[in-house]
Amino acid sequence: MKNPLDSITGTIVSGIILTIIILALLENFFNT
Amino acid sequence: MDFIFAGGTDVYAGLMRFFHVIAGVAWIGLLYYFNFVQVPALKNAAADGTGAGITKHVAPLALLWFRWAALATWLAGAALLGGNFSAAFLLETGYEAIGIGSWLGTIMLFNVWALIWPNQQKILGMKKATDDEKTKARRVALLASRTNVVLSIPMLLLMTNGLSHKALLHI
Repeated sequence: MKNPLDSITGTIVSGIILTIIILALLENFFNT
Repeated sequence: MDFIFAGGTDVYAGLMRFFHVIAGVAWIGLLYYFNFVQVPALKNAAADGTGAGITKHVAPLALLWFRWAALATWLAGAALLGGNFSAAFLLETGYEAIGIGSWLGTIMLFNVWALIWPNQQKILGMKKATDDEKTKARRVALLASRTNVVLSIPMLLLMTNGLSHKALLHI
């Protein structure tokens, strides 16, 4: 599998996915 | 100064927030410049042998501003957190969002000074390195830089919504 960080699009998509994961963590595991 | 800072006692926090944002714009702006402009431009320049101008005159100056802006951003951010510093980094109740943002920014600062800068010195010839070492340095520096772009996306969301705006609203 190609490393997503080798392309700009892959990098931005990775950042958006990480953002969604962090928001889900904050929503479900912290009382924020 | 009440027209700009919310009450006289908030002048210090207001100034730190201002420095934090200015230095952060310089840091992340240059991070995006490296990833979205310089790396693709150098790839094209390698094809016709015109990359020397960028690596000799542009990259060292951009890296100078980049790494010091990174440090200034972190220091101003730490000053802005002030007494909330440990609460943020320990992800205490109410500080989870700004805390995760602070950790992301801290990891990014580490990447700049421990991975990107030492490897860029080898790539740009500021430090002695064999061709093999330069090839490895290029890969490490690129991946560290791309990782910082990935981290910058949630980091900026949490920085702009985690604590600063709540603090401004006195919540």
